[in-house]
Amino acid sequence: MAPETADDELVVRAKAGELFAFESLANRYEKRVYSLALRMLRHEQDAEDVTQQTFLSALEHLDGFRGEAGFATWLLRIATHAALKVIRKRDGLDTVSLEAATESTESDESIPHPEYIADWSQSPGELVARNETRSLIEEALAQLDEKHRIVFLLRDVEGLSVTETATALGLSEANVKVRLLRARLQLRERLTTTLGDPASRIKQAHHHG
Amino acid sequence: MKCEEMLAMLNDYVDGTIDPSVCEEFEQHMAGCNPCQVVVDNIRQTITLYKNDQPYELPVRFKEQLHEALRAKWQEKFSTK
Ligand SMILES: [Zn+2]
Repeated sequence: MAPETADDELVVRAKAGELFAFESLANRYEKRVYSLALRMLRHEQDAEDVTQQTFLSALEHLDGFRGEAGFATWLLRIATHAALKVIRKRDGLDTVSLEAATESTESDESIPHPEYIADWSQSPGELVARNETRSLIEEALAQLDEKHRIVFLLRDVEGLSVTETATALGLSEANVKVRLLRARLQLRERLTTTLGDPASRIKQAHHHG
Repeated sequence: MKCEEMLAMLNDYVDGTIDPSVCEEFEQHMAGCNPCQVVVDNIRQTITLYKNDQPYELPVRFKEQLHEALRAKWQEKFSTK
C-alpha cells in the first residue's frame, strides 16, 4: 500500500474488515501515540500499556468513528484519556478530577519572570536535527511539573484548542491558559540557558520597564 | 504598557487570539523593548522545536506484541459479525 493513502480511505477499508488497512494506520501513528504517552507518563511500561489500549480501543470502536475530527485527532484523544487515567490512578485520585487536586494553589503563584534573555544561535530547524538538542528538549520537558507538562503537550504539541484541553483535563479555560504560560516560560528559560547565544544576552537589570 | 503586562498577554499574542486594539499596544512596546521582543521570539522557537521533534521509537519487542494483540482482537471482532 502506498504510504500516501489517505487516513480516511484506510478507515473505510478497515471498517469493511481489511486488517491490513488497520495495521497501516497503526504503523502510521503508533510512534506518535507512544511518544505522547511516554512524554505524559515518563514511564516506559505505562506508555506501552497506554499505546496498546489506545489501538485496541480504536479497533473496538472503529464503527463509531464518524470522521468529524480526523483519525489522528480521534486516536490521540483516546490516548490522552488513557494516559490521564493512569496518572489519576497513580496519584490515588481515581474519583477526583485533576482540577480539584491542584487548582486551588494555582492562583497564589506569580508568573515567573524571564531571567536568561538571548537570541538563539541556531534556528529550530537546524537544532531539531541534532541529537544533543533532542535530549535537551526532552529533559527540559521532563523537569516541568506534571500539571504544566500535560497542558503544554496537549495544547502546543498535539494542537488541541484551549477549550479541548480544558475539557480533556477537567480544568477551567483560565486555568489551562495560566498553566500553558508557565510551561512555555519555563521551557523557554531552560532552553535559552543552553541554546542562547551568550554574546547576545540581555542582562535582567535592563528588563524592568 | 509595562514588561510585566506584556508577560500576561504573551499567550494571546503568540496564539493570535489577542484583542486587536491591545495587539497594537503590544507591538509598539516590542518595537521599543528588545528584551520583550527576544522573549517572544524565544517562545515561538520553543513551541516550534517541540512540535517538530522526532517522536520516540517503539521498542521492537513491544511493536511485535502490539501488532499481535491487534490481529488477535481483529479475529475476535470479525469472526463474531
Ligand atoms: Zn518590555
